Amino acid sequence: MKFGIVTFPGSNCDYDAYHAITEVLGEEAIYLWHKDHDLQSSDVIILPGGFSYGDYLRAGAIARFSPIMQEVIAHAKAGGPVLAICNGFQIACEAGLLPGALMRNSHLQFVSDAVRMRVENTDTMFTNLYERGEVLRIPVAHGDGRFVASEETLDQLEGDGRVVFRYADATGKITPQANPNGSERNIAGIVNDAGNVLGLMPHPERACSPLLGSSDGVRLLESILTKVAA
Amino acid sequence: MANFRIAVHITPRKGLLDPQGNAVKGALQTLGFQSVKEAHVGRYIILEIDAYDAIAAEETVTDMCRKLLANPVTEDFEIESAVHA
Repeated sequence: MKFGIVTFPGSNCDYDAYHAITEVLGEEAIYLWHKDHDLQSSDVIILPGGFSYGDYLRAGAIARFSPIMQEVIAHAKAGGPVLAICNGFQIACEAGLLPGALMRNSHLQFVSDAVRMRVENTDTMFTNLYERGEVLRIPVAHGDGRFVASEETLDQLEGDGRVVFRYADATGKITPQANPNGSERNIAGIVNDAGNVLGLMPHPERACSPLLGSSDGVRLLESILTKVAA
Repeated sequence: MANFRIAVHITPRKGLLDPQGNAVKGALQTLGFQSVKEAHVGRYIILEIDAYDAIAAEETVTDMCRKLLANPVTEDFEIESAVHA
C-alpha cells in the first residue's frame, strides 16, 4: 500500500510519519510537495504535524489553499483514506473535511507531553485493531489543540459514534485533569461522516516503538492496512 | 476602478472560551484596573483593493472574510466602511 505524506512549508512531522510507514509498517511512502497537483496514486494520504505556513492567520488556514490540498479534498470526497495528525487535523477542519475547529489551548501554554486517550469507537478503518475502551498512551505537542464545535455538531458527532478518541486518565475515566488543552467533551479525535477522514491532535506516528515510550500508535496504522487491503 | 482601503475586525465568537482575552483581563485587573469586566483579543486586518465603488469593495471583503479571513466556527467579523486609499 502506498502512503502519500504531504509536506507543507513548516511541516515537521512528515519524516516521523515516513519512518513509521516505511520502517515500522514496512509499506511504501512518498512525500507530496504542497505545490504538486498529483497524489501519485497514493492509497492513503497523511497530513502531518507541524506549523504549516507559520500558523499565520490561523493554524491550517493557509495550507488549505495549497495546490495539493485540492487533490487531497477530491481524494477524501471520493472515499480515500486521510489521516490528519495535529496540524493536519487543523488543516482538515479548515478545509471543511471535518467539522469544528482547533483553538488556542485553554491554559495558553504549548503542551508537549505523553497523554492518554480512550478508544471510543473501534468500528472505523483507523481503529479496528483496538479494543473499545482501551486507553492508549500517545504524545501531544501543540499550542492550538482545543477542539470546539457547536453544541448541535458535538451532539451529532457523539450520536453518530464519530468521536473516536477522548482524553482520559490511566483508568479510562474522562476527567478535566486528563484533558491537555480544554477540548470540548475531552475530544481528541473525530472522523468525518463517511468515516474515511480521521483527525486527531495526538501523534500516533510518534508512538511506534517501545524505545520511544509507547508503541500504541502502531495498530492505528495497521488498522488502515487491514481495512483498505480488504 | 478605484483603490479602496478597508479594515476588518475579527473577534472570537461571543460565548466561546477566550483564554487570551481572559489572560489580558486578569493582567489588567492585577495592574489595578478593577473596572475591567471583559477583554477579548482578535485581529485587525487592513486591505487595499481595487473596486468600482465602496459598496463593491465591501462586498468583496465580506466574501474574503467568509472564505479565509475569519473562521466561521469560532470567529465573528465586522468590516469598516471603505474609504478611498
